[in-house]
Amino acid sequence: MTKVSMTVNGKAVSGEVEGRTLLATFLREGLGLTGTHVGCDTSQCGACVVHVNGQAIKSCTAFAADLDGAKVTTIEGMANPDGSLGTVQQAFQDHHGLQCGFCTPGMVMSAAALLAENPKPTEAEVRHHLEGNICRCTGYHNIVKAVLAASGQDVGQIAAE
Amino acid sequence: MYAFELEKPATVAEAVKALAQEDAQALGGGQTLIPSMKQRLAAPAVLVSLNGIKEMIGVRKDGGDLVIGGATPHAVVAKEAGAYPALAGLAGNIGDPAVRNRGTIGGSLANNDPSACYPSAVLASGATVVTNNRQIAADDFFEGLFTTALEPGEIITEVRFPIPQKASYQKFLQPASRFALTAVFVAKTGGGVRVAVTGASEDGVFRWADAEAALSANFAADAVSGLSVDPEGMIGDMHGTKAYRANLVKVLTGRAVSAA
Repeated sequence: MTKVSMTVNGKAVSGEVEGRTLLATFLREGLGLTGTHVGCDTSQCGACVVHVNGQAIKSCTAFAADLDGAKVTTIEGMANPDGSLGTVQQAFQDHHGLQCGFCTPGMVMSAAALLAENPKPTEAEVRHHLEGNICRCTGYHNIVKAVLAASGQDVGQIAAE
Repeated sequence: MYAFELEKPATVAEAVKALAQEDAQALGGGQTLIPSMKQRLAAPAVLVSLNGIKEMIGVRKDGGDLVIGGATPHAVVAKEAGAYPALAGLAGNIGDPAVRNRGTIGGSLANNDPSACYPSAVLASGATVVTNNRQIAADDFFEGLFTTALEPGEIITEVRFPIPQKASYQKFLQPASRFALTAVFVAKTGGGVRVAVTGASEDGVFRWADAEAALSANFAADAVSGLSVDPEGMIGDMHGTKAYRANLVKVLTGRAVSAA
């Protein structure tokens, strides 16, 4: 067992992990942050995406011990300080960007990473950026719409297909 | 996944020492190795993470070469390799954004997946793979399916790309895996044209000699239209037959020449 320390959602945390402990496992089982979902566990689906030092990564495909000292943001860190939904989360609610909701944490984290880098993406850019996030309900149109809305763009002309 | 010890050295010298342990293996971004370990296809006793070695991360110009540290993630290459646009473009279309933030050039080359993107860029560019103890020419590096000239414990510290006059990478995407169903990298230099093909051959990345000769004489898309690729030895699977991939090699080479 090795001790790891990280800053997760602004709080200093530490815990004992094995070499093989995945970041997703450390977050969910070590810290009780179960908002990060493990969908496929094969790095395909993107439900487990979190930010590590500002970069979106798949937390099921990184070892916690390899990320000692990292700053991590999970879906639990995306709400506003008063507990209300953050901009991206609110846009997903407003535009019905989720159906069953399982992929949503990863979608929100990937979308937030895109908007941090590219504040006014085109629809094509949003779709390209979300290629590593799979929605089993196939609710992609409203997810893309929500991301565009979160960027402050008018989505009134985009049909709910 | 079987249990292992994870070590995270801060220098190449420490990593070389750590890799001398029995059943030790290097860990790059882990985007292939970690899924393989989950399936118990790989079971190292010691995993040596190269992600803490600062001297192995980054992109720099050195004369006419673009030099990329072995532990540099694809996303950094996509952003910082502007001096070699075809290479930056290739890096920006590997996998998906989250994979590009972790996966590294050294990891991709050491793995030599027959459908990976980077091997074609290295081979077409005539790049040099630099390790902790030698320099390996691209033509000597790739030795077939998941096989390279690397010795056990040897680390790719950087890759030196001579910047060609013109180049283009054309990837026909396998949309589920996000690897190349087939892809072609064409690079034109003062010394001639090199054409490297990935995702097609059962032996991994290869140079298409007939196309290189034709394009060195006449760098135009229709210079390859009369050529054909032997389907024998091509990959045939549920996504495309041998003949389909052989045809893609020709089509994508033409597209790469037009786009270069």
